[in-house]
Amino acid sequence: MKKLSARRRHPLAALVVLLLALAATGGLYAAFAPADKAQADVAAQSLAIDEGKKLFAVGCSSCHGLNGQGSSDGPSLVGVGSASVDFQVGTGRMPAQQPGAQVPRKKNIYTQAEIDQLAAFVASLGPGPVTPKEEQYTSTNPDDISKGGELFRTNCAQCHNFAGQGGALTKGKYAPSLEGVDAKHIYEAMQTGPQNMPSFPDTTMPEEQKKQIVAFVRHTTSDEPNPGGLTLGSLGPVTEGLFGWIFGLGTLIAVAIWVAAHTTKAKKS
Amino acid sequence: MSSASSTTTGAAKPSSTRAKPANKWEAAADWTDGRLGIYSLAKANLRKIFPDHWSFMLGEICLYSFIIIILTGVYLTLFFKPSMGEVIYNGSYIPLKGIGMSEAYASTLDISFEVRGGLLIRQIHHWAALVFVAAMLVHMMRVFFTGAFRKPREINWVFGFLLLVLGMFDGFFGYSLPDDLLSGTGIRFMEGAILAVPLVGTYLQMFLYGGEFPGHDIIPRFFTIHVLLIPGIMLGLLVAHLILVFYHKHTQWAGPGKTEKNVVGMPLMPVYMAKAGGFFFLVFGLIAAISAIASINPIWAYGPYRPDQVSTDAQPDWYMGFSEGLIRVMPGWEISLWGHTLNLGVFVPLMIFPLVLVSIAVYPFIEGWITGDKREHHILDRPRNAPVRTALGAAWISLYLVLLVGGGNDLFATHLHLSINSITYFVRVGFFAVPVIVFIITKRWCLGLQRRDKEKVLHGRETGVIKRLPHGEFVEVHAQLPQKDLFKLTAHEQNQPVELPAQADENGVARKAGVLTRTRAKLSRGFYGEGSQIPKPTSEEHHEITSGHGHH
Amino acid sequence: MSHDMSEEKLPESHGSAGEVAAHGDPFADPGLPAHEPRRTDIDERAAQRAERQVSLMFVISMLATIGFIASYVAIDPDKIVYIFPLGKVSALNFALGLTLGVALFMIGAGAVHWARTLMSDVELPAERHPIEADDEVRADVIEQFKTGAAESGFGRRKMIRNTLIGSMALVPLSGVVLLRDLGPLPEKKLQETGWKEATETKPLQLVNMSTMQPMKPEDIIVGSLTFAMPEGLSTHSEDFQQRIAKDALMLVRIAPEDIKDDKSKELGFEGILAYSKICTHVGCPISLYEQQTHHALCPCHQSTFDLADGARVIFGPAGHPLPQLKITTDEKGNLVATGDFKEPVGPSFWERAR
Repeated sequence: MKKLSARRRHPLAALVVLLLALAATGGLYAAFAPADKAQADVAAQSLAIDEGKKLFAVGCSSCHGLNGQGSSDGPSLVGVGSASVDFQVGTGRMPAQQPGAQVPRKKNIYTQAEIDQLAAFVASLGPGPVTPKEEQYTSTNPDDISKGGELFRTNCAQCHNFAGQGGALTKGKYAPSLEGVDAKHIYEAMQTGPQNMPSFPDTTMPEEQKKQIVAFVRHTTSDEPNPGGLTLGSLGPVTEGLFGWIFGLGTLIAVAIWVAAHTTKAKKS
Repeated sequence: MSSASSTTTGAAKPSSTRAKPANKWEAAADWTDGRLGIYSLAKANLRKIFPDHWSFMLGEICLYSFIIIILTGVYLTLFFKPSMGEVIYNGSYIPLKGIGMSEAYASTLDISFEVRGGLLIRQIHHWAALVFVAAMLVHMMRVFFTGAFRKPREINWVFGFLLLVLGMFDGFFGYSLPDDLLSGTGIRFMEGAILAVPLVGTYLQMFLYGGEFPGHDIIPRFFTIHVLLIPGIMLGLLVAHLILVFYHKHTQWAGPGKTEKNVVGMPLMPVYMAKAGGFFFLVFGLIAAISAIASINPIWAYGPYRPDQVSTDAQPDWYMGFSEGLIRVMPGWEISLWGHTLNLGVFVPLMIFPLVLVSIAVYPFIEGWITGDKREHHILDRPRNAPVRTALGAAWISLYLVLLVGGGNDLFATHLHLSINSITYFVRVGFFAVPVIVFIITKRWCLGLQRRDKEKVLHGRETGVIKRLPHGEFVEVHAQLPQKDLFKLTAHEQNQPVELPAQADENGVARKAGVLTRTRAKLSRGFYGEGSQIPKPTSEEHHEITSGHGHH
Repeated sequence: MSHDMSEEKLPESHGSAGEVAAHGDPFADPGLPAHEPRRTDIDERAAQRAERQVSLMFVISMLATIGFIASYVAIDPDKIVYIFPLGKVSALNFALGLTLGVALFMIGAGAVHWARTLMSDVELPAERHPIEADDEVRADVIEQFKTGAAESGFGRRKMIRNTLIGSMALVPLSGVVLLRDLGPLPEKKLQETGWKEATETKPLQLVNMSTMQPMKPEDIIVGSLTFAMPEGLSTHSEDFQQRIAKDALMLVRIAPEDIKDDKSKELGFEGILAYSKICTHVGCPISLYEQQTHHALCPCHQSTFDLADGARVIFGPAGHPLPQLKITTDEKGNLVATGDFKEPVGPSFWERAR
């Protein structure tokens, strides 16, 4: 906590504030979402909400306002739901740090318990997407991988690349790599549509399909072997071309130099 | 070759007059000679001389990778099914189980996962293809920068150029065959490009695809083009290219004992048989090893093609990258008039694409016209001794590279943390500006190197020994170059600019030079006039300096 | 033209091989240098060592080939092994590639080493002969040709000549005609899509590409992205690929006050806009939708469309906006289309009327 408040007085705090404003705009749109499922047992969590409110006041309120109502520096968090908080804070995107085209993933500074409290507080502000439970994003059916693959190629590969390596968007923005991202966070990103990513709500992409996509992404980015050898980043023909020039033709020319070179003479001339 | 065929008739002596063969090998050779005339052929070629230089082996890399591609390609046809019929995949690759796909894609998956060694052969085929085109380009640049394209080799330059273009297109067709998400995107691009052709675009598209995109015909058709039509033409061109290399005899670098009338090197039998033959195995071995350690075109990861799906990083193989750059950076101009649409955004790049290639292909003829040189050239130019040619070549390469950056703009954006829009704007400007800058820099660089050569010839090389002169000045002792180096550094020819013919002939009748003549004179001045080359040292200059006890 | 030019400007050619240096000319050709022996030329022990090295390489090649065959037989094609720094790779591919690589490379290395150390490295000059024939041969050939041409009567018998040229010019046409059945004529095929089946009275439902179910307007929230196709089309249809190449839709919902183009707002339903997913540049399925900026980027060539402004092109090589499909709801409250796009989808073509 000390660390956090120290950060607030950091000279960079102004920048952080600015960035929060830019970054959390995504949450604003999620606010339009008709939230019907988010009426979780708020009352039972009143303790968590109180704790969350304190954390919020320290780490988030400078941009989002003491009650999450938003300010010129950060969007309103009313109705973004606990899933948004869990994703944004859990992947270290929030609190935002430096200005840029988009807020990058970084090391998370909160414990999961703290994130849950923050999420409970934000969820109490208005109904929104709820943090998924483990069984929602953990697939047990092996067929899910191939089904998820087809869904991934329809809905996700255009930005995140066929192997989830990410890709470029306009003006310096990018779709991040999905490598090493928690299954839960992948699920939450689809639910909430962070930053410029569109959302894939349960109404158009049911839970079951999100689970399949998560299964495919986890399989492709972590378990999947590369039968052919080095993947060269799974970035398609550009890196293959570079490798072909440097290690293919490059080595061959080195060999050609050996073949054509004159053999050392017995004595120097 | 002609020398061989012209002597063939003389070799057909009646076998009865021939001495008895010493052993059964000689007997077999005699038998063959009686039918094929191999002795005359061998007489001209068995001890044929080849000069030694690594850059002369670039063409061999092309030849060998081509052979590797054919060998592995034939193997792949044994398993590949060029069909767009739909099947449900049920092979061993789990992430695609139960997914509908074309037979072409399913059979490529089977080659990769069920056929033992199939993946290796696929990867060798594809890596060899990348190396093949890369080697052709480098080989062509070697020929360009050394002036090896000059008479009598212009036709062989054109053959080589055609091989490069056909190689690029055959590569593109091969890339299109597996019907994975990436290759399908390429075929879709091709549809859009054909549609942009004014007047006949839609007809061409319908005829090529057998109907609307994608239809069911395009992969079988591309298969025939990829494995039969283009390789057939390439094989013919390749044989012609090699025959001409033999016939013209190889070019050589300037050096002691090397003239325009000889070729110095080691004989085909045995040295070049061992070196060139061995090099084939080296190339094949290296490409096989690369295919063992690095994956190429992992079609299983792309998934089957569907026109409503796409993955980012959708690029062609590198050799089509410059055309990809053209198409990416072109502004979206479109003209709609009288119920017709002219899609300049696609059609202009489609026209510049061949122009980029042709601009380098016609260069030998342009240079030949400017110099008016009708003599044979077998001694290579050092690139610095032809500054304008070298600068033009470098400008061309820079244009090519700028376009490659344009073709990979999304990866440059993500990996260098740049904006894709800024890269595109940079390429738009760079397309015009970078070649000009590179031309100027390269030309100056060449002239600088020429000056240094002249300095070395006249004043010798620096020895690093410092001497104190009687009046106290320190000077570095320069040592005279040995004669072989002096010869090497002064062996190049220096063209002089052509002059306009006299405005009046000897009878005083006015003759005005035509536009072409004047253009030629102007270009010639640009190529060889003052400021485009440093006059090489003369022996008088050298004599004056060396005998004058000068010390600088 | 070139005949007008003086050719005296061309530099002098160099003399022939072995030319004796002109007296006192320091730049004259000193002639081929004398051959210098290598270690292996003068030291029999070095030569024997080289011989052993070459043979060793050939032996390694033999062993590698045996290794190749053994790997082929012994290794299961599905076996995955971890190899640093490659990662988890196919054991069979790795073993086959490496053994084949070594087997081939060692043959080459052996042969080259043999040539470099043990074969003669004396450089020999070979004479070149001019490619051009001398004048005598030239005159002779021209004479022969003239004789042949005169004997054929090709120049004299003009009727034969002209009819031959005519027949030769016509005969390739058969080949061209044969190409006609390569494909159908374009007709109106590119002008319309599968949505043309939809009418005011018999609308077509929009089917979600993920769930394969129809959608209600409230399913689609602001900031979401959904893909759709017409009802009646299945991924297993014979003509699925052909249909989806034109029919694919991208559905977004934009807060009505953010929609800048009124016509676009009217074609949509309560802020839900149905754009063609097919890029108007060369036909990639454009779908990189940035929900905050409402920009859609094409992954192939980066054409960028502003979906809040009638899909106007704001960057990149596309020449015109993405076509928008008019949507509404049917009596069950499902999203439907009541007609085709008002303009052709996908890349533009010559016959395309704006």
